Amino acid sequence: MTTSDVTIQEAGTTADRPLLEIRDLAISFKTGSGEVQAVRNAHLTIMPGETVAIVGESGSGKSTTALAAIGLLPGNGRIAGGQILLDGEDISHASEKRMIELRGNTIGMVPQDPMSNLNPVWKIGDQVKETLKANGRPSGPDDVAKVLAQAGLPDAARRAKQYPHEFSGGMRQRALIAIGLSCQPRLLIADEPTSALDVTVQRQILDHLEKMTSELGTSVLLITHDLGLAAERADKVVVMYRGNVVEAGPSLELLQNPQHPYTQRLVASAPSLASRRIQVAKELGVTTNELLAPAEAAVVAPAQTEDVLQIQNLSKVFKLRSGFGKSTDFTAVDDVSFNVKRGTTTAIVGESGSGKSTVAQMVLNLLEPTSGKIVFDGVDTSALNTKEIFAFRRRVQPIFQDPYGSLDPMYNIYRTIEEPLRVHKIGDKASREKKVRELLDQVSLPQSTMQRYPNELSGGQRQRVAIARALALDPEVIICDEAVSALDVLVQAQVLNLLAELQSRLGLTYLFITHDLAVVRQIADHVCVMEKGKLVETGSTDDVFDAPQRDYTKALLNAIPGARLMLPPEVA
Amino acid sequence: MIQFILRRLLQVIPVFLGTTLLVYFMVFALPGDPIRALFGDRPPSEAVIAQLRQQYNLDQPFWVQYGLFLKNLFTFNLGVDFTGQPIAATLARVFPVTAMLAIEALIIQGVFGIAFGLVAGLRKGGIFDSTVLVLSLVVIAIPTFVLGFALQLLIGVQLGWAKPTVGSNVTWGSLILPAVVLGMVSFAYVLRLTRASVIENMNADYVRTATAKGLARRQVVTTHVLRNSLIPVITYLGASLGGLMGGAIVTEAIFNVPGVGQKLYQAILRSEGPTVVAIVSVLVLVFVLANLLVDLLYAWLDPRIRYEN
Repeated sequence: MTTSDVTIQEAGTTADRPLLEIRDLAISFKTGSGEVQAVRNAHLTIMPGETVAIVGESGSGKSTTALAAIGLLPGNGRIAGGQILLDGEDISHASEKRMIELRGNTIGMVPQDPMSNLNPVWKIGDQVKETLKANGRPSGPDDVAKVLAQAGLPDAARRAKQYPHEFSGGMRQRALIAIGLSCQPRLLIADEPTSALDVTVQRQILDHLEKMTSELGTSVLLITHDLGLAAERADKVVVMYRGNVVEAGPSLELLQNPQHPYTQRLVASAPSLASRRIQVAKELGVTTNELLAPAEAAVVAPAQTEDVLQIQNLSKVFKLRSGFGKSTDFTAVDDVSFNVKRGTTTAIVGESGSGKSTVAQMVLNLLEPTSGKIVFDGVDTSALNTKEIFAFRRRVQPIFQDPYGSLDPMYNIYRTIEEPLRVHKIGDKASREKKVRELLDQVSLPQSTMQRYPNELSGGQRQRVAIARALALDPEVIICDEAVSALDVLVQAQVLNLLAELQSRLGLTYLFITHDLAVVRQIADHVCVMEKGKLVETGSTDDVFDAPQRDYTKALLNAIPGARLMLPPEVA
Repeated sequence: MIQFILRRLLQVIPVFLGTTLLVYFMVFALPGDPIRALFGDRPPSEAVIAQLRQQYNLDQPFWVQYGLFLKNLFTFNLGVDFTGQPIAATLARVFPVTAMLAIEALIIQGVFGIAFGLVAGLRKGGIFDSTVLVLSLVVIAIPTFVLGFALQLLIGVQLGWAKPTVGSNVTWGSLILPAVVLGMVSFAYVLRLTRASVIENMNADYVRTATAKGLARRQVVTTHVLRNSLIPVITYLGASLGGLMGGAIVTEAIFNVPGVGQKLYQAILRSEGPTVVAIVSVLVLVFVLANLLVDLLYAWLDPRIRYEN
């Protein structure tokens, strides 16, 4: 569908009349403090058979615009102006009856989160069946199985009798795609259809979606925060920023020659498009060569080649209960060995279930290894007593994925950052307050943040707080477990920059756990690729990215959205 | 599943032994001599008292008394109470009455509570919702005995819509007023719980997806909102059964219902250990079985809950 010559049409539609046209759309939400304009001036056109992507960060109004097109704005939202023309008919103020007619049949939807969008108490087959039934299509067991099979679900007849919790994320997303396309709608709204999935699964699903929609001649409105993905999958890209469409055009053109400053920033910071490690150090007067040579990257730490962490033959076996008092062994981490040099960043990448987070938890001494050793600064951590573990924690600090869940909502920011100092009995009240102020400066947050609570901060700000808290004890090693995965692209770039800057200033060592290879490329010196508990490839970032040895690594690299796009060198 | 049910039924044994032991001990520890108390101001001769004490095993130490009670229980002989009536016959007389009362109360709180809560939740912020919310708060705030007497006076005496007391001739109709009083507080809780649960589920992603499929609103509500919303409500209903049993003592006293609550109250006043323990044992059984039923309902409502492991 990257070619625009798809001209399969439904009867009665002329190819030169747009299937969906949004004109000057304005949407507002009623909140406690009055009306808030979520979308100010949105306009886009989708021709029959065409794929159009809306790109923007959270809060840009991209999802709201798409939801308005299918009449699913939340209760407090309303269309304040403009038109939504579906094949010439204005549906912006259509009756609920008319919308029920259109939904499913004419406009289908594939929602964002496969975990929450299937009703957990009904079988998958029932949820497909009711869709077919509501739109007056044959809905026998064979029809249901056929719909599921078309979406690439193996063994569909049996699978239809299972519940959502018996499906993996990728399988659920296939089921949702099956539901969205079951009644062969003319327009499919795909709202971040794969953002919750691993890259390789993401690619399979998008490939399949593309194949199905091009066979059916369906137009697709793709909502995504990932510019690389949008450019790769869509004919046209529409960029939204703060409720406005700031730029629109053919994908490649827009990517290669962005006009609006926001688009330019987006292109520059899209992790899937960037090719090189963040060069913050250069601004601090360190030459690029020094940075790219991992052994010399640390400008502060004196012993540059010392291994601060040595992971030796690490394994973790979980016992899974399998009924009747028996248990089966599940090897989450299988004989993993690698070293981390002081002052460098080592990334562990892999898909969900590869064991990367389990490694992190063992390094943090939160989980006991089944076998193998973790040597920190020359000392085996498993031999530590309670008091020594306490001291160890001071030197190795975590930053977790979810900035919403990892900060106590009842603690203000001052208390959050001060807590580790208090726990470790460092300094008196005055010196601790001084330290908190310094830390906030280091992570570029205003000191007024101290009195605020986590729910008053944005995701990026919260992650900065989490970084400040991790830095409070002047640790040597920081374990970042998917520390930027929950953030928008631009915020993600800012946080990665901050981490790189702190590293060169404080000589920190990072162990970076992530599923996102694009992020790895930006921040890591060394990469360890994990698959099903085993370490399958390790090497310097440049080696792994330029000449991957294993098929698995190649598949991971290929699956990065936008990896296949050619970009002018000044952008990359 | 069968394994789970069997295991749960086996759990009844320690629960049963524990509660009966505890209740028996509490009755044993009550101050005063139950035999002397029977005769009031004109005590009989010491010989008669001693004979009666022996007849009811009251001269034995606690453990022997409890052991004899268990032995009788397992031979299906519950013995006689102080008035000479077989306890088994008393149980057979009073339990159906309270069962009728509890069923009516359960219907009031279950059916009406869920229905009102659903409507309130779907019309969040509307007049119906606001009215019901305030009224339910009032109901929760008023103690049962106040509500009981107030309704008895208003509906039973002044308006004359129902008999103010039930008496010996128990019918389903005559129990409606006491059942309303008994179920009222739980009704308010069920209503509020259902309302909150419905509001939460209306915002769930899968409900939006269901709408996006082209389903009509009625279908979305019945298949996707209601079933999911019932899960927490069912849990509460199971737990509230204990409240129904306890509340029956007060309600049955107000409306003169010849049920378990009234009988239990009399037996406690007379320190009649065997009768108290017999009644409580049956209550424990009912409670445990009801909660088993709730767990099974729970698994039926939510397929993610499985009891095999």
